[in-house]
Amino acid sequence: MADMVTGMHGRSGERWELRLFVAGSAASGERSFENLTRICEQFLPGRFDIKVVDIDLSPEEADAFDIVAAPTVVRQKPEPVRRIIGDLSLIDEVVAGLGLPRLR
Amino acid sequence: MTRHSGSRGQARVVPTLHGPHEKAFSLNSDKRHNDSEHESDAPRGLTKCSTGIAGLDEITRGGFPEGRPTLLVGGPGCGKTMLAAQVLSRGALEQGEPGLFVSFEEPPEEITANFASTGFGLTEALASGRLAIRSILSAQQTDAETGEYTLDVLLARLEHWLRELGARRLVLDSIDALFSSFAEGRTLHAEIRRVFHWIRERGLTAVVTARRSGGSLSRFGLEEYASDCVLLLDHRVAQQISKRRIRILKYRGSGHGADEYPFLISSDGISVLPITSVGLNAPAPRERLSTGIRGLDRMLGGEGVYRGSAILLSGVAGTGKSTLAARFAEGICLRGMKSLYLPFEESTNQLVRNMSSVGIALDAAVAQGRLRIEPIRPSEFGLEEHLMRMELLGRHFQPDVIVLDPITSFATVGNSLEIKGMYVRLLHHIKARGITLVMPSLTLGSANDEESSTGVSSLVDVWIIIRFRRTRGLRRRELYVHKARGLEHSEQLAELTFSASGPQVRELFPSDAGGPSAEGGTHG
Repeated sequence: MADMVTGMHGRSGERWELRLFVAGSAASGERSFENLTRICEQFLPGRFDIKVVDIDLSPEEADAFDIVAAPTVVRQKPEPVRRIIGDLSLIDEVVAGLGLPRLR
Repeated sequence: MTRHSGSRGQARVVPTLHGPHEKAFSLNSDKRHNDSEHESDAPRGLTKCSTGIAGLDEITRGGFPEGRPTLLVGGPGCGKTMLAAQVLSRGALEQGEPGLFVSFEEPPEEITANFASTGFGLTEALASGRLAIRSILSAQQTDAETGEYTLDVLLARLEHWLRELGARRLVLDSIDALFSSFAEGRTLHAEIRRVFHWIRERGLTAVVTARRSGGSLSRFGLEEYASDCVLLLDHRVAQQISKRRIRILKYRGSGHGADEYPFLISSDGISVLPITSVGLNAPAPRERLSTGIRGLDRMLGGEGVYRGSAILLSGVAGTGKSTLAARFAEGICLRGMKSLYLPFEESTNQLVRNMSSVGIALDAAVAQGRLRIEPIRPSEFGLEEHLMRMELLGRHFQPDVIVLDPITSFATVGNSLEIKGMYVRLLHHIKARGITLVMPSLTLGSANDEESSTGVSSLVDVWIIIRFRRTRGLRRRELYVHKARGLEHSEQLAELTFSASGPQVRELFPSDAGGPSAEGGTHG
């Protein structure tokens, strides 16, 4: 049922590294983490890592990754780097924005 | 309203004015828009920060509002970024006020390189440690919006940088680039408002640039409502001559100049020249300056003209107007002062050579650094640009006397009304600085001697007319003082002669000369 059609020329096994930037205790941070995890489990089962960065605790990360909005997700791997903003509640936007492999 | 007023820097307190201009020129739709959150803190007496640009301070009546956002709107290439960078640099250097420049378009190196060659001191300001340039470029590279977001991170980063620098002045260049890849909608509008709200809450004197878009001013149409002061920059090209203008669309709680003011981008950065606000408060020095010709000094009450006066020398071609002007300039230099000679029809070399034939050594004065000759081609620029270039030259060189030779040359660049307007401004500006102005003026054909083709005669303090007169097979030059405000001048005709020892003026006996009205059609 959950057939993976990667269509990505053998990249199906590649691990995805995602970084989720949230701002402290904002409710959108919690929500975005839940949303991202759920989407990744569906689209990238078993081959994703999410690193959550709380910018309030590590402000230097905001400079390093040039973040302006929270939440922001940066796809570090596979390249190219992509970034999306928002609480990840619009699944279609997340899929398109991150370039996730489509499900059939 | 006690918004950190004067806690640092040289901000000036300017009384609040509610002039008729302000009403007439404020944004029409200001009231229509829901702006209540800002209306409530409408300033009663607000503090202003000098922009470091004299003309801009003049039209804003003291500068930008302190602790509040100012919006610079304009099309591409109109000078927004430069103006913003210049204001921060001048603030850092002249007022010791630290400033943070945040670009959403270019990396810091590019901005530094772009303005390194301009004379407003960006490099020096950076070196002083009171100016920092940072870039945020990622905002333009957002691939999707997936729901609600906030710009808290942006504001936290800005605050961090401001704290590092101890700055309360901020430039955001440009707001369009910051929001370029964000979809328009409720979230975006709320976040734009938040940025402006944050600026006033933190009491930041901020300059936000915005690209002019289509019919409305700014892209989202919110920025101008959220700003206390809105300036529109414009760049047009008419008849191959570029014209830059600046206009204040809005200044909450303050009166302001309502016109379009020309501005110039030169090696010094931006200069703004107000057209109408020149006050009639020029100083009236009693000091006198010799014309360099004893006989002429005698005709002007013995000691020459007042410093800071405007002198018109009119006559047909070949009467020696330039020679008198050059003699005046040379004499000023010989007495240790400085002259600026702006020939419009001759090159420096031609002028120096021609004058040396009548005993006037301009080259010596140039060598001593007391005389500067800057040939100007009238057709090269528009009137305003000329005016501002003269202003800049004057500011750099600080001359005691300026010669514009001949002022009639400008007839080729503008219509008579424009030219008259230019002279009015020029005269006021020069006089306000106590500079003496000498203006040879060409009289055409057999027109009446006492009719000045430029319409400036009513503005000048001293008017000397030179003409040819034929007697006994000889052509002689006659000179008389037609007008000399505040001086007991001679009413006689005098003869003007040139020799290798310089020009000489000798009064003729009345019996010898006849009245000025006694003859006509004697022009050579």
